[in-house]
Amino acid sequence: MLGRDVRKDFPILNVKVNGKPLVYLDSAASSQKPNEVMTAYCKFCESRYANVHRGIHTLGEAATGDYEAARRAIAAFIKAPALEGVIFTRGTTESINLVAHSFGSKFIKHGQAIVLTPMEHHANLIPWQQVAKSVGAELRFIPIKSDGTLDLAEARKLIDHKTALVAVTHVSNVLGTINPVGELVQLAHKVGAKILIDGAQSVPHMPVNLSELNADFYAFSAHKMLGPTGIGVLYGRPEILDDMEPYMTGGEMIREVFLDHATWNKLPYKFEAGTPAIAEAVSLTAAVAYLEEIGMDRIEQFDQHLTMHALEKLSAEPKLQIYGPRTFRGGVVSFNVPGVHPHDLAALLDREGVAIRAGHHCCQPLMRWLGVQATARASVYLYNTLDDIDQLVAAVRTARAILA
Amino acid sequence: MTDLYSDILLDHYKLPRNKGKLAEETHSMEGKNPLCGDELILHLKLVDDRIADISFEGNGCAISMASASMLTEDLKGRTIAEVQKRIEQFRSFIREGKVPDGEPMDDMTSLAGVAQLPVRVKCATLPWTTMEEALKSIPE
Repeated sequence: MLGRDVRKDFPILNVKVNGKPLVYLDSAASSQKPNEVMTAYCKFCESRYANVHRGIHTLGEAATGDYEAARRAIAAFIKAPALEGVIFTRGTTESINLVAHSFGSKFIKHGQAIVLTPMEHHANLIPWQQVAKSVGAELRFIPIKSDGTLDLAEARKLIDHKTALVAVTHVSNVLGTINPVGELVQLAHKVGAKILIDGAQSVPHMPVNLSELNADFYAFSAHKMLGPTGIGVLYGRPEILDDMEPYMTGGEMIREVFLDHATWNKLPYKFEAGTPAIAEAVSLTAAVAYLEEIGMDRIEQFDQHLTMHALEKLSAEPKLQIYGPRTFRGGVVSFNVPGVHPHDLAALLDREGVAIRAGHHCCQPLMRWLGVQATARASVYLYNTLDDIDQLVAAVRTARAILA
Repeated sequence: MTDLYSDILLDHYKLPRNKGKLAEETHSMEGKNPLCGDELILHLKLVDDRIADISFEGNGCAISMASASMLTEDLKGRTIAEVQKRIEQFRSFIREGKVPDGEPMDDMTSLAGVAQLPVRVKCATLPWTTMEEALKSIPE
């Protein structure tokens, strides 16, 4: 389905965990890295490394060229309408905090509303709670229907003329719900509001076309898409970014500095204070190339195929509780085994070499909505197999036999 | 790695000792691990400065619930001073995974493997931290 055997590109898949072959089902937390990404990092450090945008020397030029090539690569990958809107951050969390700080504090006014959903990751909730508190704005939440999808009829009522911003996740990291972001963009723009989309769980798994989507802000991380940790992206519409103040101040984001004041650099550098993650940007280029070579359409189909297999197999297990929509969903499956706390389940699965996530997944309000303290979560990516899913199910049975 | 889910631990999880309310409690204390959702209530019946009876109610992982069950068995009949000493012993036992000299940990020895798992230490210590809070709530 992927067109070739990708597993040989991921050396970690040869690692034994507790004497068993690794079954890695925690890619929603962080993905593994192919040889190409690791090699790109090493090669760059071995032969081209220097700081960027400063050095008047050969390596400085080479590194700057590679760093800016990374920006072009990621811009092409998400079909960003404008290159200067592609800002490198440390990750999704920093991207959202940047918008909350620089857009929120200036453009969200007392009495206005910020519209969110109860399925947001804490990283797309707490920054808005802070903005709402500091400016005196109202937080509104689009309700989730019992099938795990958003109630769009309610969204149409909630997104009104008082709304300054809509901030919503593209794909839920717990329910796997794929939200209708295109419609939400239209609803937001119809009332003159801006919209931020948390793409942490979408960009790695499906084609994302920001030219079509027309969102004002879009945030995601490299480490969930085969890339390194410590780097992520905020795409922002340049005309909005131009009106925002810098998030962090210091080197690189300035144009001219006097003892008592300074002026700002042009986009995107205005929002890239300090030395950026240079080698990480270069290896992100390799990750993007790797994903593009296989094709995001194929990856999406493959993830779907594995997810549907997981849903089918887990649904056949007696009394097992599965959360989220049953069709049209992202590659995460959250579940609970009666009588087995998710932490115990994860620990027992680990004995079988099966790595899953257990806990609240940084979504405590959603856990409350589900009426649970925590869930177990298996998440797939292109290096998983149907056999991995069967191993998961077998390990769940073993764990249940021990604990329940 | 030591097997976390030993028979002793599973036995305490599946057949918890002293689980439920206490008819004549004099003190109670609630403890929670908000990050994982483990929660429990300790019920105490103090006569003079001795724990005449103790029970617990709760919801959580096998480690936290087994640890609570073991705690009630271990502390029943001890004086407050003895309990305070025992809490310290349990702490250093969980930190280092070693049984203190001359102070057998009995069934709690089955929690030794937790010492190697920082994320599970808080599960094992929750009942003990709650006990410490309960003691603090008792006027001198």
